[in-house]
Amino acid sequence: MKYVDEYRDPALAQRISAEIGKLSAGRPLKMMEVCGGHTHTIYKHGIEDVLPPNIDLIHGPGCPVCVLPMGRVDDAIAIARTEGVIFTTFGDMMRVPGSNGSLLDAKAAGADVRFVYSPLDALKLARQNPSREVVFFAIGFETTAPSTAITLLRAQAEGIRNFSVFCNHVTIIPALKAILDSPDLRLDGFVGPGHVSMVIGMRPYTFITRDHHKPIVIAGFEPLDIIQSVYMIVQQISEGRAEVENQYARVVRPEGNVKALEAMARTMELRPYFEWRGLGFITHSALKLRREYALWDAELRFEVPGIRVADPKACQCGEVLKGVIKPWECKVFGTACTPETPIGTCMVSSEGACAAYYNYGRFSMAAERAHLPTINLQPATQAQH
Amino acid sequence: MSTDTRIGEVLSKIERVRQTRRHKFYLRDEHITLSHGSGGKATHNLIEGVFGPAFSNPLLDRMDDAASFTVAGTEARLAFTTDTYVVSPLFFPGGDIGKLAVHGTINDLAMAGAQPLYLSAGFILEEGFPIADLRRIVTSMASAAADAGVMIVTGDTKVVERGKADGLFINTAGIGQIQSFGPLGQAHAQPGDKVLLSGPVGDHGIAILLAREALDIETDTESDTAPLYGLVAALLGAAGQGVHCLKDPTRGGVATLLNEVALASEVSIALDEHTIPVHAAVRGACELLGLDPLTIANEGKLVAIVAPEVAEQALLALRAHPLGREAELIGEVRAEPAGMVFLRTDIGGTRVLDMLVGDPLPRIC
Repeated sequence: MKYVDEYRDPALAQRISAEIGKLSAGRPLKMMEVCGGHTHTIYKHGIEDVLPPNIDLIHGPGCPVCVLPMGRVDDAIAIARTEGVIFTTFGDMMRVPGSNGSLLDAKAAGADVRFVYSPLDALKLARQNPSREVVFFAIGFETTAPSTAITLLRAQAEGIRNFSVFCNHVTIIPALKAILDSPDLRLDGFVGPGHVSMVIGMRPYTFITRDHHKPIVIAGFEPLDIIQSVYMIVQQISEGRAEVENQYARVVRPEGNVKALEAMARTMELRPYFEWRGLGFITHSALKLRREYALWDAELRFEVPGIRVADPKACQCGEVLKGVIKPWECKVFGTACTPETPIGTCMVSSEGACAAYYNYGRFSMAAERAHLPTINLQPATQAQH
Repeated sequence: MSTDTRIGEVLSKIERVRQTRRHKFYLRDEHITLSHGSGGKATHNLIEGVFGPAFSNPLLDRMDDAASFTVAGTEARLAFTTDTYVVSPLFFPGGDIGKLAVHGTINDLAMAGAQPLYLSAGFILEEGFPIADLRRIVTSMASAAADAGVMIVTGDTKVVERGKADGLFINTAGIGQIQSFGPLGQAHAQPGDKVLLSGPVGDHGIAILLAREALDIETDTESDTAPLYGLVAALLGAAGQGVHCLKDPTRGGVATLLNEVALASEVSIALDEHTIPVHAAVRGACELLGLDPLTIANEGKLVAIVAPEVAEQALLALRAHPLGREAELIGEVRAEPAGMVFLRTDIGGTRVLDMLVGDPLPRIC
């Protein structure tokens, strides 16, 4: 398929990987892929098998579902249960457990929860159901915040009053700062988030190179994008450089997307602080609606309990999100906590490191242990079409 | 402790849990959610947790698509199955609920190696449903049955109040005569066997999804709904007892089906991603929506697990049939690690291919 196959060429992947091996000369290097989309690609395509063994990929906090604290899920469910509400959400959030069940459970118990692919679909529902209150569960980094912003602008322009947004948008830079300041972790470089950067551009990352002297390469989401980004990081390290580089130049512009940033700035402002699952409270790390948009702010229009809920004791999502432990090192990984019965958020979203590891990564571990041959299927037949 | 030893310990712990759960399904849910209808893990838990224990008997416990038995005092080997259809929308590109209700049940019989003979049809109609639509659906059922050489010989009609059913639901049951030579079933895959797939995957699920959701993605994707007995007969004719297992990848797709086989046969299955046929439009839609074509439903495809020595004839026989023109060899059966399906990815890595968890597309058939 055009624009896909070019980025999945196994021969090219092998060649770049060999170059990475040569350039890094076997030196163990730890790099964090910040974005959950990258974690998903890495596991879905088995990229760790392709990279030289001295390259260790650490999974970062960039899965918006994973970093949402349990209390916010409870708040969402409380809104969804309100009489007359149609609660809309991205599919990923449906199965995330709150302290007492998930949105899927609330739906089974009678709440009108629907999944949408875009906030504009939620606005459309509001237009079609004027007697109902339609609430959109807005989550995500700067990647999804602009579409929420545009939807708010449109709701305002059209005077749609039965629509509101439960805003949980977070920003990536404060989380990166928190990770770099954390004493637990030593990293050699970052694979930067592609879609976030498409919006915010390259400049916000300069503190990583200036203050922490770590290279960061903004990467695309296809397997070869990630492998090439790893190569670019290794190249910077070998040349003693620490710069913000852009591998995803076909999408990301240095200045970002000015229109998207404007729409966000018109409708949203920074919260003084916000709780991140596993990372705790981080100042100026999330967005809320501006006062001018209070009419469309679900937090003001509905009763939300707003109670902070501690994570289950056994859950080590926090350490996983900070990259301190690998998913399989968590005490409940794969036993009490599986994708069917998730305890922590990292096991729910397809972008979560634990779910990716459980669904896709286990084989490499099993193969390593049992010394299994890799798959190399010989065609059994010469049958022709 | 070294990392390797620790990885080993974690893995064996996970494996122990998986093994225990294999025969003991935990149904923790208090309510039915849409996941229980997905054909994936939740459906399994429901069947094993509620229906299995209540109805348990040797025929049912094999958990094949159809029950196979002989009638006392005769030589005739029969297969018997039932299926209920709740697809939304009722009419979709490539078919409608009626055609699906005939093909789906015929295919469950065909997967038992049986030539479908007789079907029943039960209708649950909602008050207010247009008779014109009912006529259209019934006509479509009749022509699907005639094309497949089966007769609809008994039926039932019920009507419920407005709002108690979404237009109409159809149940069909079917009886067929088993024509296969050897034992067929999901527990009969053996190490060394080859895995054949009769054509591109994902058409049905994506056609329904695009017909239903307002996604504004335009494709010419049509449901692949088709009766598969002809293809099965061609395959059995060419490969005979070498055919060990036949299944149609409906809800849960190829991934769920192969996991069921790996568990039931206590084998491992290795697939090569680049050999798996997927139409470009389906692949594109899956890329956009974050879906895996291997977990999407099909209604006119089959997976055959065959002995290595007959793999070539089997593949040629599939390709010689109009419904199997794009058949491919997609993988092989191995002994270890039992109960696991894995995939050599397009980029050359390896990953586990698990059953479908959750339900991206409810009410697909």
